[in-house]
This record gives sequence, C-alpha cells and structure tokens, in this order.
Amino acid sequence: MVDPVPSGSICPVRTGGGLTVGSRPGDCELHLTAVEDFLNWGKEHSLFYLLFATACCGIELMQTGGPRYDVDRLGMIPRASPRQADLLIVAGTITHKMASRAKRLWEQMAEPRWVVSMGSCANAGGPFSKFSYSVLNGIDKHFPVDIYVPGCPPRPEALIDGVIELRERVRRWQTLGVRPRDAAVIA
Amino acid sequence: MTVVAPPGKLTRQRVLELASERFPAATILVRPNSVPCLLVEAAHLIDVMQFLRDDPALDFKSLSDLAGVDLLKWPGEKKGEFLHSELMVVYQLHSLNHRHHATVKVILKRDTATVPSVAGLWPVAGWFEREAFDLYGITFSGHADLRRLLTPEDWTGFPLRKDYAYPESYGGVALKREGQHFDAGPYA
Ligand code: SF4
Repeated sequence: MVDPVPSGSICPVRTGGGLTVGSRPGDCELHLTAVEDFLNWGKEHSLFYLLFATACCGIELMQTGGPRYDVDRLGMIPRASPRQADLLIVAGTITHKMASRAKRLWEQMAEPRWVVSMGSCANAGGPFSKFSYSVLNGIDKHFPVDIYVPGCPPRPEALIDGVIELRERVRRWQTLGVRPRDAAVIA
Repeated sequence: MTVVAPPGKLTRQRVLELASERFPAATILVRPNSVPCLLVEAAHLIDVMQFLRDDPALDFKSLSDLAGVDLLKWPGEKKGEFLHSELMVVYQLHSLNHRHHATVKVILKRDTATVPSVAGLWPVAGWFEREAFDLYGITFSGHADLRRLLTPEDWTGFPLRKDYAYPESYGGVALKREGQHFDAGPYA
C-alpha cells in the first residue's frame, strides 16, 4: 500500500510549484505552473550541445561526455548539427580564421541558444594571448558568452559545474520570445 | 631489380661529391655531425633538385619538409655563414631506398623573395609552399595555387617575418590588450 499523497501538496518538480489533487499518486494530479516555467524546466534538462572542439580542451569535453563523467545524465546529448543544438561549448583555442566559422555556427543555432566558453583560450586567449599573431583573445569578441569556465584545460568537474550554473540561468531567464540581451546583439 | 643499399653505405661525403661533380655552381656546405647540406642558388634550384631526385645513387624520392627561415639578426651572421637579414628556404630530402637524408638551402633577397616551385617534382611541396608563402611572404614561381593557407584570406603581412608589425585590429576586433608587447619580443 502506497502512502497517500496529502492533497494540496507542492509538486516536487522545480517549476515554481504545482498542486496535486487526490489521495494516491496517479489518481488525479494537477500541476499548476506558468507556461514559461514549464518550458524552462524542459530546456534546463535537455541542453543538447554542439559537437565543437578546436584544441586540447576538446579532449576534456570528450572525457566529460565519456562514461566516467557521463554528461548524458544531465540530459546533455551531443548533436552534430548546430540547428539541433541548444548549447555551444567553445572548447579550445580560437584563431582569427576559426572565429568567423565559430560565429557562423552560433548564428545557425536556433533561439534560445546558450554559450559556455571552456578554458583560458576561449575565455581570453590563454597561453597565446600575449605574443600570438593568430589567436583571438576570447570568443566573446564575436558573440555573447553565458558562462566562462576557467582552466587550462578545465577538468570535467569544472565543465559540469559550469553547466549547472548555466542551468540556473536557463531556469531563470525569460525564453519566450527573444532574450533581451540578444535583441541588442541582433539590432 | 633495385638494389637497396644498407644504411650509411652512401656516406654524407659521397652525396656531396655526387652533387658537386654535377653542379659546381652550387655552393656546398658541410657541417660535422649533421646531414649533408647544399647551399644552392635559386637559379639552379630546379636542376639540382631534379638531379637529387632522379639520380639512382641519390634517389631522394621524398621531400619530407620545406620551411621558410628569416635570417634577420641571425647569430650565424657573426660567423659569416649566411648573409644578414635575408630569407631562406630549407628543403629536407629523404631517400626511402637508400635511407639517407640531405638538406638543400636557398638564400633569397628579402625584398623580392622569389624561388621556383618544386611542386612539379614533389607534389607535396604545394602545401609546404603555400604555408611558407603565407607566413614568410616567399613567392614560389610556377606554383599553381599560391594562396594563404593558415591565416585568414584577407590577413595583412607575413607573421613569421621578424620585422612583422602586428595589426591593431582584425575583422572589427581590437587585437592588442593592455600589457601586451607584440613588438617587444627578442627581435624588436
Ligand atoms: S585553455 Fe589550455 S587546454 Fe584549453 S585549448 Fe587552450 S591551451 Fe589547450
């Protein structure tokens, strides 16, 4: 016999609360929430990321997706096409030549899109920032970045921590319509 | 049937002799304990290379590397080895049959910097020459498709030249940051 769920309890789903009516689970469950919260709940738990890696940080990205850290359990599935991706993880050194390609990938992603800059190179040019003729000093020169993960390279735990931070953002940010920050970029 | 010489049979000295008998005009450089090195004038380059590739005793069928060098403020200048402030192209040759190596060097004038392309002898040279053109501004005459390879197509200047001035911006993005000293390197 299952313990009856007290009527009027708060829904365990973190969508801002809901209402469960009935005496047993499955009897009659009613979740009241805002459409936006519900959508964000879905987005937060299915951040599909683009397979994109340009240097050594990419190895840590692969390791994060591998069996030991298994980022699939956060609902993060790699996608081979930017059209299907929600999240761009910029993993590795970005040269000036690559930057225009990276920007095109970012432009091809559908809204709402999110960017995690992984490692010192993508954040600020990393070890190449001072004397290199070819390396861009941070991908944020070309498109907005949501989360910066420091490290050279960041360990998979650090990347996952960055993703958890990003999920906070996804949950809070308005995603119906165009995000205010991107409107400024598009204009 | 091809006779494969055991490694070391054709000595460094012998390789040099073979080339110098045929091309007395090419200056020859020997340094102890290194691979044989020929210093060739650009005008003779294709003839010498053709000989090195096709002569059965030398048989350099493989070009393993081609690189540009900037001799500006090069320390060897003090020893009188090379001319000051010129450019150089270095070819590394390898014989798969005889298992021996050779180096060929060509000195170029900095302002003209033109050398005949060896892509007709070793097709792989096409890629190396594009790279040397991109980074050193060396023109390889006769190359079918001499475009930039590594830097963006609209990049200005040749970054591995020691007197290269780093651009202030590229593609609308300012490149210099506070505390950066692109022009204060060892060759400034
Ligand atoms: S931050 Fe370090 S590990 Fe990452 S791409 Fe740059 S050099 Fe490689």
